Amino acid sequence: MKDIISGLNKIFDSRVRLGIMSVLVVNDSVDFNTMKELLEVTDGNLASHLKALEKEEVIVVKKQFVGRKPNTSYSVTDQGRKLFQEHIDALEKLINPLT
Amino acid sequence: MDRNMDDLRYIRSTMERSTKFLSLSGISGVIAGLVALCGAYLAYLIMKGSFTLTGILLFDLFILAAIVLVVACSAGIYFSARKAKKIGAKFWTQVTVQLIKDAGVPLVVGGLFSLILVYQGYFGMTASAMLIFYGIALINAGARTYRDIKILGACEIVLGLLAGVFIGNGLLLWAIGFGVLHIVYGIVMYMKYDAKSDKANG
Repeated sequence: MKDIISGLNKIFDSRVRLGIMSVLVVNDSVDFNTMKELLEVTDGNLASHLKALEKEEVIVVKKQFVGRKPNTSYSVTDQGRKLFQEHIDALEKLINPLT
Repeated sequence: MDRNMDDLRYIRSTMERSTKFLSLSGISGVIAGLVALCGAYLAYLIMKGSFTLTGILLFDLFILAAIVLVVACSAGIYFSARKAKKIGAKFWTQVTVQLIKDAGVPLVVGGLFSLILVYQGYFGMTASAMLIFYGIALINAGARTYRDIKILGACEIVLGLLAGVFIGNGLLLWAIGFGVLHIVYGIVMYMKYDAKSDKANG
């Protein structure tokens, strides 16, 4: 999935996905509504990007009940953390090729 | 290239937004400091015997301390909520809860310990205990908000230790720690963060 020349990962090729990953790598787990508020996106938009990231196995979904309410929370996988770090490194390299 | 730069900037700001309580307002620091200074002055008058509410020194000081605490906290919450609204952030988030938990433990323990000191008759040590525990609470909270707050915490601890050594100067050091330092910190924070966002938002 990695672009050979730039080193950028196609999985993270969207603002929303960058946002999701940024939130998840610095938090243990984040629920859907908190994510929605942080990224200021619509339900449908967020859900589709989350699904895509889940399919790529960079994030995992945990469904549970908080009291009677269903609660869906997300966290990053080890693989996801590694790929996202590589993506950030690639971005930095593109901006400043000498480092 | 611009897009990559934008992406990185977005990643960084999102990470920060999701882990830090950035609504803490500088003005609330200044108000808290002013309230503390008024409180300290009243406490001075009460201890000198030239002013009293109930006629019993200890009761007077308790009531005064409670009023100062409530007014300072209310101002802090009010101005932070206002700032949150202004910068378009949510005031009550998971991070806010975490911040309260982090700072809450040393604050509650410190409060109880100060009461125990009073109960056991070690009046001279209460200012020291309050300053030290407050400083620890701030340093604890430092991971969840502007890091500058850790410096304030360290200063409070130093003052607390001094208050423990120079035991007769508790009230003075308390006034410096909770009054003057808060005002200085509030102004610095306002200049550094709030004024900038005020300008950006017109």
